[in-house]
Amino acid sequence: MAGLFAYLTTETPASRRQARFGQAYRQWLALRKNPLALIGLIIVVTLLLVAAFAPLIAPYDPLAQNLSQRLLPPSATHWFGTDALGRDIFSRIVHGARITLAIVVLVVISVGPVGLLIGTVAGYFGGWVDTVLMRVTDVFLAFPRLVLALAFVAVLGPGIENAVIAIACTAWPPYARVARAETLVIRNADYIAAVRLQGAGHGRIILGHVVPMCLSSVIVRTTLDMAGIILTAAGLGFLGLGAQPPLPEWGAMIATGREFIFDQWWVAAFPGLAICLVALGFNLLGDGLRDVLDAH
Amino acid sequence: MSHALSRGARTVARELVTVLVTILGLLAVTFFIARVMPVDPVLAVVGDNARPDVYEKARQDMGLDKPVLVQFWIYLQKVAQGDFGKSVLTSNLVIDDIKRVFPATLELATLGTLIGICLGIPLGVLAATKQGRWPDHIARFIGLFGYSIPIFWLGLMGLLIFYAKLGWVSGPGRIAVSYQDFVQPITGVLLLDCALQGEWEAFRNAASHLILPSAVLGLFSTAYISRMTRSFMITELQQPYVMTARVKGLSERRVVWGHALRNAIVPLLTVIALSYANLLEGSVLTETVFAWPGLGRYITNSLLNADMNAVLGGTIVVGLIFVGINLLSDMIGRAFDPRAR
Repeated sequence: MAGLFAYLTTETPASRRQARFGQAYRQWLALRKNPLALIGLIIVVTLLLVAAFAPLIAPYDPLAQNLSQRLLPPSATHWFGTDALGRDIFSRIVHGARITLAIVVLVVISVGPVGLLIGTVAGYFGGWVDTVLMRVTDVFLAFPRLVLALAFVAVLGPGIENAVIAIACTAWPPYARVARAETLVIRNADYIAAVRLQGAGHGRIILGHVVPMCLSSVIVRTTLDMAGIILTAAGLGFLGLGAQPPLPEWGAMIATGREFIFDQWWVAAFPGLAICLVALGFNLLGDGLRDVLDAH
Repeated sequence: MSHALSRGARTVARELVTVLVTILGLLAVTFFIARVMPVDPVLAVVGDNARPDVYEKARQDMGLDKPVLVQFWIYLQKVAQGDFGKSVLTSNLVIDDIKRVFPATLELATLGTLIGICLGIPLGVLAATKQGRWPDHIARFIGLFGYSIPIFWLGLMGLLIFYAKLGWVSGPGRIAVSYQDFVQPITGVLLLDCALQGEWEAFRNAASHLILPSAVLGLFSTAYISRMTRSFMITELQQPYVMTARVKGLSERRVVWGHALRNAIVPLLTVIALSYANLLEGSVLTETVFAWPGLGRYITNSLLNADMNAVLGGTIVVGLIFVGINLLSDMIGRAFDPRAR
């Protein structure tokens, strides 16, 4: 244990890997000091665990209908009550964590690299490449996100895959902006000039030397954005354009609860609380990560 | 000749070109969306069993046999004339529909932004001057709240508590059915119409319908505005002129509200404009929850009925308003801030 600590905190790392681990460890120490960020981290980790072990946690089958048990209020047997088809709401929320996580991960892994690439290329080359790419980015920023996502869904048709595509199509511009701003600073740095003098090509410089420097800003931006992605996905689900029944997507569950809102409030209330909690977790974690990772 | 143009005029000209390019791109996106639509627009008109010659004739009538760029040019001309085609759902021209529903959205978003300004700015200022004390915590809490709550869920919970349980406000819709025929639409903004015609009963009823959805939107606006006000004020309060004002012996209240806030107003105007634009977006979901007959509900309703002309027309209008508001906030910023000129 003491050896590990010394390995991580040494002032003179012996290898590149040790330096990276050491930096990660110091960042973790900084993050640990921020109680709100820790709460966020706990919520996000809980979401991951719930999604991973959903069938073990959920007491009932999320799709099993039982019409004799419909619209029961919260009780010891059904913690969050049952919905109009007699399905256990707690079990559905637990399984819904998988859908929420899947949407967020799919959007982020498609949007992050695209935004990063567009931003770094625009910032690195400058000139007309920059102008064209940034104009395109501005066009996509000119639409309100949800409205553009609606237009895409209108073309692609409702469904969870299309919701992911629609959100991804609308979510990349901010990443491109962030990456470009970073690149503009980096590209005139001495070490880039040194790499160039050694004969490195543009592709190598961008991918090997510019992109890694932009990563931390993009990661911060991504974490802060995840709450927004979750809310947009839930909004699409609520409008009936995202995940389709009987999938236990939280937004769609709120939509079915809307009918019963005045008499059986729990049908809509609990999925909404789940969305709030997860979005809050990502926001808190993102704020904390920004303080740790973003030097600016 | 370019020397004759002042620098300001050239900046404005460059900005206008930028905006025009953005609008062109915006229309290219909607044009593209309309083209990749999996539904064949010709079949939608002639029906599935049309003879090949009828199909071909309709295709030519719709201009779909022409090259893509020509089609785009025709599309631009139509949009410039406000021609978004006909809505299948209402069988009106889409532009007429939008004119009819837009005032309702405008009313909602405006009141929401006003709430955001009235609560957000004082809260942000207090949070900046009392950092780490309770106003700061409240501002932070509302900020987190506003960024983490699904707006449609908050609307539903608001209806449950304030309408169904407490009975403080009226339920979904814009006005009770019994008042619907009392008021002639003049401006389309219902509160204004009621006031102009002296229908105070109807005014009160409309206001009690309006208060909950606009409060929901207002909360999100408050979250954004207070957060930005706080950060602007913290920057301003560190400036040398603030110390000068304090050294001169001005009261802390004058220093904060008279000097520092005044300098934060210009960036705040941009924030308010952005918040206004965001509320137009937030209204899509809010209007659905509150059965509010505005642009957002028009778009979603059309979408659910596969009414593409209406969806794209609405999308273009929202996009144009977005661009317009951004341009306006830039211009306001320049007009009020001598440093930006």
